[in-house]
Amino acid sequence: MAMQQAIENTEGKGAALKSGSNLERLLAAGHFAVTGELEPPKSHDAEIVRKRGTVVEECLDAANITDNQTAIVRMSSIGSAILLKGSSLEPVIQITCRDRNRLAMQADLLGAAAHGIKNVLCLSGDHQSFGNHPGAKNVHDIDSMQLIRMIKEMRDESKFQCGEEIPGGGPPFFIGAAANPFADPVALRPNRLAKKVAAGADFIQTQLVYDMDHFRKYMARVVDMGLHEKISILAGVGPLKSTGMARYMRDKVPGMMVPDIFVDRMAEAVKGIAKEDKAAKQEAWRAEGIKICIEQVKEMKQIEGVAGVHVMAIGWETAVRPIVEGAGLMPRPKVDG
Amino acid sequence: MTQTPEFEPQIVAFCCLHCAYAAADLAGGSRCGYPSSIKIVAVPCTGRVDSLHLVKALEDGADGVMVAGCLPGRCHFQTGNLYANQRVEHVRALLEEIGLEAGRVRMVNVSAGMGVQFAERAKEMAESIIALGPNPLRARRAGSPPREIAMEETN
Amino acid sequence: MIVAERKPLEAIVEMLDGQRKVLAVGCGTCVAVCFAGGKKEVEMLASSLRMATGINGEPLQVDETSEQRQCEVEYIETLDESIKEYDAIVSLGCGVGVQYLAERFPEKRIIPALDTKFMGGPTEAGVWEERCQGCGSCMLGSTGGVCPISRCAKQLMNGPCGGSKNGHCEIDEDIPCAWQLIWESMDKLGRIEELMEISSPKDWSTSRDGGLRRVVRDDLRLPEVEDS
Repeated sequence: MAMQQAIENTEGKGAALKSGSNLERLLAAGHFAVTGELEPPKSHDAEIVRKRGTVVEECLDAANITDNQTAIVRMSSIGSAILLKGSSLEPVIQITCRDRNRLAMQADLLGAAAHGIKNVLCLSGDHQSFGNHPGAKNVHDIDSMQLIRMIKEMRDESKFQCGEEIPGGGPPFFIGAAANPFADPVALRPNRLAKKVAAGADFIQTQLVYDMDHFRKYMARVVDMGLHEKISILAGVGPLKSTGMARYMRDKVPGMMVPDIFVDRMAEAVKGIAKEDKAAKQEAWRAEGIKICIEQVKEMKQIEGVAGVHVMAIGWETAVRPIVEGAGLMPRPKVDG
Repeated sequence: MTQTPEFEPQIVAFCCLHCAYAAADLAGGSRCGYPSSIKIVAVPCTGRVDSLHLVKALEDGADGVMVAGCLPGRCHFQTGNLYANQRVEHVRALLEEIGLEAGRVRMVNVSAGMGVQFAERAKEMAESIIALGPNPLRARRAGSPPREIAMEETN
Repeated sequence: MIVAERKPLEAIVEMLDGQRKVLAVGCGTCVAVCFAGGKKEVEMLASSLRMATGINGEPLQVDETSEQRQCEVEYIETLDESIKEYDAIVSLGCGVGVQYLAERFPEKRIIPALDTKFMGGPTEAGVWEERCQGCGSCMLGSTGGVCPISRCAKQLMNGPCGGSKNGHCEIDEDIPCAWQLIWESMDKLGRIEELMEISSPKDWSTSRDGGLRRVVRDDLRLPEVEDS
């Protein structure tokens, strides 16, 4: 079958570096990687970006700079990433298919590469109806699968999507994609991952995982298909903030599985604290949320096929350090480049 | 000095033969009065009444239109009264768009033996139309009498 | 069929401001079968317009007619004479019909009474759903008969995305996820392997993106007669 062939033909990890990015080097050297997220401001204030970067720069190997996440307009991913030049934090730019056609994407990629950006994450993008410009036209000229392949061909064959040669060689990107082990239709998720591998993705960041049992089963299938040798899979983790949040995610967010034990632990954490003492409750919740996350990260280190974690703590960047530290992952390794 | 005549609301009542018309007949026979300005139009089933009939009645000068059918679940033709209700709701919304009051069109449900209730509902309808006032379209045609609406008188 | 819906009455009345005598023209094809612009709808609209304008002033004179199809000159040319006495035409045709009338009667203001919505069909009595966006390169043969362009909110070619919930689209829980339907359909047909192929970026030049489109059948054109 052509798909199987495509997967087998894909160079596995350990082959020559494709981008030379910090993230790629660490993964190639066999280190357990830690990535995170940085949300650009709604303004054009460069300082905000730099400040957010300094909070996490020592704890992360690379940070995703989101791209109009949930279809709310913010400073562009590439614009923000350029501001991090000079800091020790390596960016992962995100490109959504919702906002750009293939011309704009390729142009942006050349521009990003010219600024030394080496990691890119390919996403479909949340529908614009969720955001603050619901009447906007969406693009979706190509989808995330086609975007992965387009970037791979730009890089490896020095060709634009139209077939024309890119003078001087194509931009060297480390290509990432998202995966959701729990989304409908669940049975197809490993196949979807296989397709992304065949398309040319180098690394994957999964959506938030709370149900470790389910995730283990997913990873078992992934390992069975040999996909973990072709692509670096970073498991998505994130600290819970309150009992309400845990309950909401368990009951109201489809595709999100949160085990009852976590909900119970969050509730336990604030037992005995006066209902009105919001500060104390928040402190207790946050402590427990971080504790649970640390446990999860430690477990992730033991699961075959998991090459690292992607810590999602938007709006709570200060949680990243205690989590990475608590899981014994500090200091972050440096690989000569 | 001429006295302004008391407003007698001209109401067209589409009544299904199986239930509402029989109830109206019973009301008349048992001397349960209802305003004589309610003109009954017999239909085999209220499902026969089209939205256009309701709209045209008002355009032609009726102050109100009543659609009287069988009790829900007891329509002789299964679902005719349900369709009629949907159309009544549709026309009520349309009236708001036009600038007339939704309350000028109404659906009532009675069974054949409910003569008293029919009379009561008819009186209620007349009262609410009096409160709304005459059809402004008719009023604009100053001096011209309301158009004759083909109807069957019952007393 | 082309599915359309009547504009809010207020909007139509506004467009008719200043007119005194208009002709409401229906269409007997697509809009008739989706109950937006057929003969009966013409009657309803005409009556509504007369009433709406008559409450606060002189009622608009709205005459009524309907043609089998507004999008063919042979049908609308029957209006050539009668149109002269009217200030404007209210078309209950789809956007195509409105434009045909406008082109035939350039000196008359044409008011569109409908919003043309999509190409689709009824899924149950009273409900119509989009099924085709006229992309110009039909790919239904490779997706088990389910169109990812009209039915997937993101027009994915290698879906589903990660946002579908309980088999439904992330933007509307009443809309089934098109790609889940595609996977299920192809599975039933024993063709799942084909979906593991990554399709090339679509050529959108045959769609709206390529500009005004045209279809020509030389065998159906009026032959040129040479002068002997």
